[in-house]
Amino acid sequence: MPSFVIQEKCDGCKGGDKTACMYICPNDLMVLDPNAMKAYNQEPDQCWECFSCVKICPTQAIEVRGYADFVPLGSSIMPMMGTEDVMWTCKFRNGLVKRFKFPIRTTPEGAANDYAALKGKDLESQLLSTEEADGKVMPTPKTV
Amino acid sequence: MALPNKPLGETKAVRDPEVVEKEVDILIVGGGMAACGTAFEVNKWKKDNQTVLLCDKAAMERSGAVAQGLSAINTYIGENAPEDYVRMVRNDLMGIVREDLIYDLGCHVDDSVYLFEEWGLPVWKKTADGKNMDGKKGQSAGTLKSGAQPVRTGKWQIMINGESYKRIVAEAAKKALGTDNILERVFIVELLLDANKENTIAGAVGFSVRENKVYIIKCKTMMVACGGAVNIYQPRSVGEGKGRAWYPVWNAGSTYTMCMKVGAELSMMENRFTPARFKDGYGPVGAWFLLFKAKTLNGLGENFAASDAAKKELEKYAPYGTAAITPTCLRNHLMLFEMKEGRGPIIMDTVTALAELGKTMDKKELKHLESEAWEDFLDMTCGQANLWCAQNCEPEKKNSEVMPTEPYLLGSHSGCCGLWTSGPDFDWVPEAYKIKADNGKVYNRMTTVNGLFTSGDGVGCSGHKFSSGSHAEGRMAAKQMVRYAVDHADFKPTLSQTKEQLVDLVYKPVRTFLDNCNYTTAVDINPNYVKPNGMMYRLMKATHEYGAGTATYYQTSSKNLEVVMDLLQTMREDCEKLAAGDLHELMRAWEIEHRIWTVEAHLRHIQFRKETRYPGFYYQADYPGQDDANWFAFVNSKFDPKAKKWDIFKRDYIKIIP
Repeated sequence: MPSFVIQEKCDGCKGGDKTACMYICPNDLMVLDPNAMKAYNQEPDQCWECFSCVKICPTQAIEVRGYADFVPLGSSIMPMMGTEDVMWTCKFRNGLVKRFKFPIRTTPEGAANDYAALKGKDLESQLLSTEEADGKVMPTPKTV
Repeated sequence: MALPNKPLGETKAVRDPEVVEKEVDILIVGGGMAACGTAFEVNKWKKDNQTVLLCDKAAMERSGAVAQGLSAINTYIGENAPEDYVRMVRNDLMGIVREDLIYDLGCHVDDSVYLFEEWGLPVWKKTADGKNMDGKKGQSAGTLKSGAQPVRTGKWQIMINGESYKRIVAEAAKKALGTDNILERVFIVELLLDANKENTIAGAVGFSVRENKVYIIKCKTMMVACGGAVNIYQPRSVGEGKGRAWYPVWNAGSTYTMCMKVGAELSMMENRFTPARFKDGYGPVGAWFLLFKAKTLNGLGENFAASDAAKKELEKYAPYGTAAITPTCLRNHLMLFEMKEGRGPIIMDTVTALAELGKTMDKKELKHLESEAWEDFLDMTCGQANLWCAQNCEPEKKNSEVMPTEPYLLGSHSGCCGLWTSGPDFDWVPEAYKIKADNGKVYNRMTTVNGLFTSGDGVGCSGHKFSSGSHAEGRMAAKQMVRYAVDHADFKPTLSQTKEQLVDLVYKPVRTFLDNCNYTTAVDINPNYVKPNGMMYRLMKATHEYGAGTATYYQTSSKNLEVVMDLLQTMREDCEKLAAGDLHELMRAWEIEHRIWTVEAHLRHIQFRKETRYPGFYYQADYPGQDDANWFAFVNSKFDPKAKKWDIFKRDYIKIIP
């Protein structure tokens, strides 16, 4: 199900050296045509349909069309990313529409605790830093 | 007048790229769950004067197998005993596993799950009266670490709202490591041994997929964790749908190939995974079996897996086949049997399952159930949700077909191929499972090459780690790499190749292209080179037809293996003439090189193991059935980088957990 870019909506991320979709695509598929200032999917048959580009696009210019070799035409699924939830709109070929909302994270973006101040003590033990801080003792397997 | 001939991509490759040389103590190759674990943990242990660098082929925010998200964490030990975790993995993988590695992982994995939840991953919880709460509402029940009950679908799995799983985990990793110590869009393609010290890692070489730059990075120690191998066999969808692989399509076997090429020992490369998934969309079935209690039916509408015939067939593979949970390969085996007998297609009976669950539910609960079913896809396989929409399939009204996929190679899911690594240095770990480095010390998760570590899909004989276990294993490796670098503080990595030789190695496909591209009028068709796309099809055709692909219902034979080994030899020769006109194509060129070596290792192992250990994953027609008397052992192999020869041999299996 390759991603496609809608001409009218794509602004090439306003002339930055890379677009949001180029930044995020895990398979290096999204590229910017510098003359047209529009992004496109350069290798649609290597698209994993992960929706990373769809979710990150600041102008909602990217959607996904089902793989031609097995997906009938006429359906679509579109995510709307919020800070805490994602809202999906799923349109069926027969016109039925379903909407779903799911949580995506419980903390503000950027708030993940990286334990910057935590320093491990015993390099010779097998304990991970947070386990050591919690006073964990490595168990021994019961062999009988 | 010559016709202009030009590469297709937007970033043209040039003959002489800029060269960036770096030297660090610790190099992390990869950016997925394992590498994020390493990135988080490494600064907690490293000395102030030690330096670390991470190279990811993509952007960590959405790289690796969890890029799209996940709807469950499949390994959370919780109230269970790590010994039972070992027993489950051992049974699923037909007996031959490294129990030291699995037990060890089971002791650490929950600590990573606690971190994920703290960082913001929504984890479903149970209410006091046994109802399910999603990860947002579930916060009221407290955290897993504080004793809150997760929603278990199986004994080991817990449900999450995991759309942003990788973003959350990568955020903590990037913060912990510092963005100055991370190079994104840099694809490491070859590892480099030390010029002076035998069998010792000294660095790696790669290139930027965005700028004409070659990176030569020296290091004292390194972890390679670039996932498993995908698109190595012809997929069931061969047009646009080729990208809809079950496992991430960008995993190119780089972990196995890069480590194998410097002489690291591989283990159980014959093992593969051919998951049965919703047909074409490859949506997950786990929640359907475990959470919704759905059954699969054959074309006659029979619950074939519960039949007397199936029970009898499973008894042939006792004790694995008769265990409470049927091993994944044997579940496939039963399904394939139905298909071959003409009793396909196999159908997941979603209609009955949801109707049964609905009997005890009110309208609001039913609506929630429907939402749970869709979230399972939308969190981790969006395309399957679209396929249902396109087929007008509402699972409560219409059943869906299930099909085993093309083969994948991996070490973290229900598969166990990978590198032979050291277990932890405990008294209970057999000496044969400890790899001693040059200084006589044992470093957990180090390969047989001094200073070279791996984790996640890279560690062989230890499946069922999944996302959480891979992260924990990356953390374990981080600490050991710091320890190794401290113990080898005086080691000065020295490369035997010159800068020019390394640039020539990495940019060879570019130079081949530039030297020859003007000979013909169509850039892809040229007798002097082969494009990576063409080579990919050649590999897929060969494995599909001879290497136990879907074409033969996963069956091969000694003669077929001989044929495919010959084809692979020619492919490796022709890879010398790979051509890349732009940087994206250069990435594809190196990926296909990595895939071919990995497949060759896989088939060498199948060729050596004269039995069929994993019926349902593959069949060796000359040696059907299991032969415990001769083959209850690991199969390991080693490529000698100097002599350019493979050696393949058995290693003893040692039972630790009764």
